[in-house]
Amino acid sequence: MILRYELLKTYRKWRTYIGFLAILVVVPIVEIALKLEGGGVLRRMTRAIAQDFLLVGNLFNAYFVTHFIMNSLWVHVPFLITLVAGDQLAGEATAGTLRLLLTRPISRSRILFIKYITTLFYVCSLVGFLAALALGVGTFLFGTGDLLVPGREFTVLPQAEMPSRMALAFSLATLSMWCVASLAFLFSSLVENAIGPIIGTMAVIIVFLIVSNIPVELFESLKPYLFTTYFTVWQKAFEQPIPWETIIEHAGILAAFCVGFYAVTWYIFVRKDILS
Amino acid sequence: MSDERVLQTINLGKRYGKRWAVSDLHLEVRRGEVFGFLGPNGAGKSTTIRMVLSLVKPTSGEVMLFGKPLRTHRDEVLARVGGLVESADFYTYLSARRNLEIVGVLRGGWTKQQIDDVLELVGLTHRADDRVKTYSHGMKQRLGIAQALLGSPEFIVLDEPTTGLDPQGIKEVRQLIKQLSAEKSITIFLSSHLLSEIEQTATSMAIINRGRLVVQGKVHDLLDGGSSLVKIEAVPSEKALALICEFPGIERVDFNGHTIDVRMPASAVAALNEKLVLAGIHVQALVPKRSLEEYFLSITEGASEID
Repeated sequence: MILRYELLKTYRKWRTYIGFLAILVVVPIVEIALKLEGGGVLRRMTRAIAQDFLLVGNLFNAYFVTHFIMNSLWVHVPFLITLVAGDQLAGEATAGTLRLLLTRPISRSRILFIKYITTLFYVCSLVGFLAALALGVGTFLFGTGDLLVPGREFTVLPQAEMPSRMALAFSLATLSMWCVASLAFLFSSLVENAIGPIIGTMAVIIVFLIVSNIPVELFESLKPYLFTTYFTVWQKAFEQPIPWETIIEHAGILAAFCVGFYAVTWYIFVRKDILS
Repeated sequence: MSDERVLQTINLGKRYGKRWAVSDLHLEVRRGEVFGFLGPNGAGKSTTIRMVLSLVKPTSGEVMLFGKPLRTHRDEVLARVGGLVESADFYTYLSARRNLEIVGVLRGGWTKQQIDDVLELVGLTHRADDRVKTYSHGMKQRLGIAQALLGSPEFIVLDEPTTGLDPQGIKEVRQLIKQLSAEKSITIFLSSHLLSEIEQTATSMAIINRGRLVVQGKVHDLLDGGSSLVKIEAVPSEKALALICEFPGIERVDFNGHTIDVRMPASAVAALNEKLVLAGIHVQALVPKRSLEEYFLSITEGASEID
């Protein structure tokens, strides 16, 4: 019942739709551009092997473009997540409505938990929207077919496996975005203005990604401790065979980060003096 | 049960860094009272109210509501309390009704009837479905009182409920407070930095300054009891002076050739005036300044502007 009203509060806010709107604009533009280019991306990717192998069937399809979009957008989606997650607590502090919530006969722990669930729900809806749009528009423009996964080795995955693999990939992507949301939620409990948590979370992610990508020994040794390292876990859904052990390990680490961030948030929030 | 203590603070204190915003505060609010909590800006009123409503954790002491410690029985006692802390802030992108539903659900449930009732009580029925964004300051303040009243609390805490209102709005809010106390027998705790406001609405009061309790008691005893300093301008002044000196209960008289300063029991001021007028003296001015008022004005003038 309280969750219903938290969802109502979130989904009646204009801010919530910035993410959806951005995706609604970007995904079709990318797919239309790919369509107009007529498979140039695929040809460039397969140039090295095209002489030795015969590629058959419709490889330039909805799954290919969705995979392509996931690869290129994965750094940008966190920003859309922080807009809402960073606002959950700080936004209420700014508006003064935190007083309305926390003077009631309901514990802060419960309110915090309900707000966290609302935040995770938002992440699911945004990633779900991205998936539906990418696959939907993709199917309309390109049809379906086997998925060619570019990389050091090329893999071609049969069309029949695609629905379940896509579902797995987007679930893992959702988990890594939960991690982003949890960090923004944590920062949101510290301040009384949503701008801090949004910029703070993005700064952390950018710094971590830079550290992850610079091949210095010191940075390499840090990598396992950065949650951003595991953001690419969704790509494992497109390996052959699916490396379940690695997936479970990485997903477990991401979940542990979520729980850890939430625990810190809880520790701060239940003790905090509300002065807003 | 009229002597039941609805709110009691025992040795309550709050420290921010090195500064004690509130210290050693002992307050007692009994059932049925309209309790005025008076102090200049920055005296610690808001901090105290935030501690009573569990927004701020006390550094020392205890808040007792209905005889139970807030610390250990928070949800149980807050279910019987309604509050409005500082300005009335809402989800401005939602309607007043939606906002009340949100408050209602946090109180454990609501019915349409309950929401309609509080909206009617504060006179917002006709605007209930408009977004709060479109409300005037006075309407928001009334909605703030409405949300405090939702769920029939026995005790409501209102933090400066008339701040920023126009004279008509102030009058309406004061009227509403009296009505709630008289008709619904709700115990009301109301803070203000205006003595006149407390005088007009409250039955009991406490004055706080620099985080410490200055005085606490019945409004009648504190304001009308004790002595007053009365400034009198009357013609002919010599005759007036002679009459005043004869008047029973006069403590001190000073005459500077123009005004006569009289220290006397506050309760006898009207009788003195009558005597002067009946003796054919033209009383041009008679301004009683009660000692508490004098005191309060003196601390207000010296106080900081930040609350």
